Amino acid sequence: MSFLKKSPWIIHYDGTSCNGCDIEVLACLTPLYDVERFGVVNTGNPKHADILLITGSVNEQNKDVVWQIFNQMANPKVVVAVGICATSGGIFAECYNVMGGVDKIIPVDVYVPGCAARPESIIDGVVKALDILEEKRVALARRRRKARKARPVSLTNLF
Amino acid sequence: MESILLLILFPLFTGTILLFVKNDSLRKIIVRLAALILIAVSLLTTVRYFNDGLTLALHREWINYGMVVIESILAIVIIALSIKHKKHLPILLILIQTSLINWYEFTHSHEVEIKADIVIDRFTLIMVLITGVIGSLICVYALNYMKDYHHHHQEVKDRRPFFFFLLFAFLSAMFGIVLSNNLLWMYFFWEITTLCSFLLIGYTQEETAVKNAFKALIMNLLGGFGFAAGIIYLGYAVGTQELNQLPVLAQSGIDLLIPAVLLAIAGVSKSAQMPFSSWLLGAMVAPTPSSALLHSSTMVKAGVYLLIRIAPILGFNVAGILVMMVGGITFLLASLMAITQSDGKKVLAYSTISNLGLIVACAGIGSYESIWAGMLLIIFHAIAKSLMFLSVGTVEHNMGSRDIEDMHGLIIKLPEMALMMTIGIAGMFLAPFGMLVSKWAALKAFIDSDNILIVMILVFGSAATLFYWTKWLGKLVAVLNKIERIPSKLTFDEWIALGTHAVLTVVICFAFPLIGNQFIEPYLNAQFAVQMDAVISDGNIKIMSMMLGMILLIPLGLLGFVALKEDRIVTSYMGGVNQGDNRYFTDALGNRKKMYLSNWYMEKYFSETRLNTIGIITTSAVIVVIFFMALGGVL
Amino acid sequence: MTGSTLSVLLYIFVGPIVGGLISGLDRKITARMQGRYGPPLLQPFYDVFKLLSKESIAVNGIQNFFIFCFLIFVVFTGSLFFMGGDILLVIFALTLASIFMVLGAYCANSPYSSIGAMRELLQMMAYEPMVLLTAIGFYVVTKSFNITEIMGFNVPLVLYLPGIFLGFAYILTMKLRKSPFDLSMSHHAHQEVVKGITTEFSGSTLAMIEIAHWYENLFLMGFIFLFFVWKMPGSWLVGLGACIIMYFIEIVLDNASARVKWQLAFSSAWIVAAALGFTNLLILFLMK
Ligand code: SF4
Repeated sequence: MSFLKKSPWIIHYDGTSCNGCDIEVLACLTPLYDVERFGVVNTGNPKHADILLITGSVNEQNKDVVWQIFNQMANPKVVVAVGICATSGGIFAECYNVMGGVDKIIPVDVYVPGCAARPESIIDGVVKALDILEEKRVALARRRRKARKARPVSLTNLF
Repeated sequence: MESILLLILFPLFTGTILLFVKNDSLRKIIVRLAALILIAVSLLTTVRYFNDGLTLALHREWINYGMVVIESILAIVIIALSIKHKKHLPILLILIQTSLINWYEFTHSHEVEIKADIVIDRFTLIMVLITGVIGSLICVYALNYMKDYHHHHQEVKDRRPFFFFLLFAFLSAMFGIVLSNNLLWMYFFWEITTLCSFLLIGYTQEETAVKNAFKALIMNLLGGFGFAAGIIYLGYAVGTQELNQLPVLAQSGIDLLIPAVLLAIAGVSKSAQMPFSSWLLGAMVAPTPSSALLHSSTMVKAGVYLLIRIAPILGFNVAGILVMMVGGITFLLASLMAITQSDGKKVLAYSTISNLGLIVACAGIGSYESIWAGMLLIIFHAIAKSLMFLSVGTVEHNMGSRDIEDMHGLIIKLPEMALMMTIGIAGMFLAPFGMLVSKWAALKAFIDSDNILIVMILVFGSAATLFYWTKWLGKLVAVLNKIERIPSKLTFDEWIALGTHAVLTVVICFAFPLIGNQFIEPYLNAQFAVQMDAVISDGNIKIMSMMLGMILLIPLGLLGFVALKEDRIVTSYMGGVNQGDNRYFTDALGNRKKMYLSNWYMEKYFSETRLNTIGIITTSAVIVVIFFMALGGVL
Repeated sequence: MTGSTLSVLLYIFVGPIVGGLISGLDRKITARMQGRYGPPLLQPFYDVFKLLSKESIAVNGIQNFFIFCFLIFVVFTGSLFFMGGDILLVIFALTLASIFMVLGAYCANSPYSSIGAMRELLQMMAYEPMVLLTAIGFYVVTKSFNITEIMGFNVPLVLYLPGIFLGFAYILTMKLRKSPFDLSMSHHAHQEVVKGITTEFSGSTLAMIEIAHWYENLFLMGFIFLFFVWKMPGSWLVGLGACIIMYFIEIVLDNASARVKWQLAFSSAWIVAAALGFTNLLILFLMK
């Protein structure tokens, strides 16, 4: 049984946006939608998170930040781009410093359309992401087992 | 007998030789050899007198006259130095004191019958061991430290022969204090330690050093004055000048209140309690080995040694309340003030003052349990504090700073020193290490004495202790980038001194039940003429040993942990703007900024000046009020 | 002896299950108070198992080891408690355990975890006097530090120690990491210092912290229990009831208040300890 699917923890990052999607993401946590029903927690810390939820596009300033946050997440992890800005740059695409969608910097697993994306579709996107997460977990577990077999525990690892 | 002479005279002899040795390597050989001999003699003395102890009367006129002569010479030295530096108060104090005691010695002291000039019991042996072992190790450590010191401080005149002379002379005096039962003798050695401390603080001859040296001198002379007055009062009014007679006399109903108060003042000033505490902080300008030897592990212990000796006549009279309150207030305030300090040596100074405060409070309560705790505290504190001082000294020489903020990441910078300090700090406050065991016993004793105020003080004081030690420990274990590593230059002597201290700190924790029932309890049983249950029960001792065992397994566990680890190393979280090496981040303008993590010092809450004023006022008030109460009670 | 061994074994093996359930219930009740449906009761277990299956990441090679020690010593402390050992020793062991956690956060050397560590340390300084006073109160009344003997007293201790009980309840909020005193970290999402002391820990290490907290919460409630049991055979029901009510109050408080500044948390804890603890002890001494 996979516990990963029952306890997806999220980190939410907001890039160049109008903050519309940003607010919608938070709306998911309100009593009306209450994503905690599914074990979703908004951690605000990449090291605890399984899902990186990005609203808004990436620009020259925040591209390193996005990359670093993604890198600091423990595997298995997935990225959900929420809103048109995050998927392609949206209305900001033509701005002088905007690079475009999040996938310019990091691999995106799920694209959630909308301007702003509705809470229902955000939740839907997260649920889609869970399946991908599970696949990644299985793959990771297999890789780990192999690695362990290849490298028997010994004190030589110390040095 | 011979070993006693050896203990007192041999260090003096060595010191005198060292006074004329200018050659580094020769000094090295002599000091190492002397240290070995001293340790051996201390151990032998312990074995020799363990069972029977010793009471010895030496009715030799010339000894007394010799002491008078030396005392006068000391007085002249102090007067000359005071004139040179244009200080007047010390001249006055030393003149009054020396003339008083000499006058007494010539007029009355013959009429007082002395049954024992020297007494060795188990408590004496504890002190002999501490002085012999810790003291010798510090002398060995000083060898290289002082060489380095003069290398770094070219402006200070190299007076190393004199420095080592003082160290060894001090050891003689310290042995003298703990061995003598005749109060006049004790006073004599007491004054020598005062002078040694004075000269060592002023070693660099810089302005602050001289100022602080005189401050220390004045405070200690004030205490010495109390001592002298106490002796004279005892001689005239009670007709004794023997330390071990005091409890006996008190039991037979003789009123000893005034001498108790006077001697208490002497003890309190020597052990740097408020309102006298400022001298110990000032003493930190001295080179670290002397801080370690005099101002933390041994000399200040002379004060509490005296107090614990007279503890049976303290208890619930006003003298006891004086000692207890002064100790308690000092313990609490000094621990709070330690929070605001970032200078490693100053933290150690405050922690010394506060721990001595706890011992003093234990002595003031004067019950079986509290003295048990106090004696244990003396032992643990001497070892762990000395280790801390030596470590700070070494770190200072390797890094050029002794600020705790600069020790951030010491585990990477100087791993071996970080380990030493970790052991030292753990020894200072953490279960199941020594200091905590004794604090535990102290807590029990305080509750059983039904003194609620002192219980509250202990409870809050230990919380503060926990805070400032842990934040220091936290600084040490922060793991930095590998490139910040510093090549260490630890020498053989330093390794020996530090290593032995560290091992002792740990071993003594396993051995404390043994120390308890071999040294402390026999002494107390004789003092109180009762047989008491163990202060800390066997079951708990077993659990403590188990914890200690678990803690000792930690290094092993760590090895296994590292061997098994499969961690992916990532950068630390800095809101996504870590520059990739965990040391720099990108600021809002895109610039590279160094990350700097500071501890909390909470100066607004525990401001040094404010707490100091409060402490000085309350403790002075306590002392003055009780002094007059004692006088009034007699009139 | 067998009784105490049994309870230690129960604590070690059943403890985390109970602790996890309490934590699940806590989240459920919290959600209901906020008008939400809330996660399933078993959610804390899902979280922990998930964390165990994740990749292990760290800033350096040894930070996680401190947390391992933290867990070990928390379990040790709890066992000591349920063995009916010396209550002072329990407190000292708990301090040792907490220090390991603080050191782990320091070791990671990151801004957020360091602030968290500092705050945690401050909280430790804030609650330590009251915890000690609680043990002292027990001792003054029952003449023993031994937990078994404390439980065997003639009347419920809370009758003698109302002040100390209130004081302990006050600092219990800190120990349970509930608002308004959840300075170093809390179980709620998204705080001003990220996740405070646990920021740099993830995967199985975070799971260890979580499990340690379950263990910890259990014997913290045990302290409350001690105030309400006495010699009477069925009295453990009263103790249990008291624990439940106490925990419920903590949840209400958690939801009804915002995090305070450290200044207030610290000074109020000391003032409460000094005022309530002192008065209560004074009265006890006078009654003697
Ligand atoms: S997609 Fe639309 S609503 Fe969302 S951030 Fe962009 S502009 Fe705002």
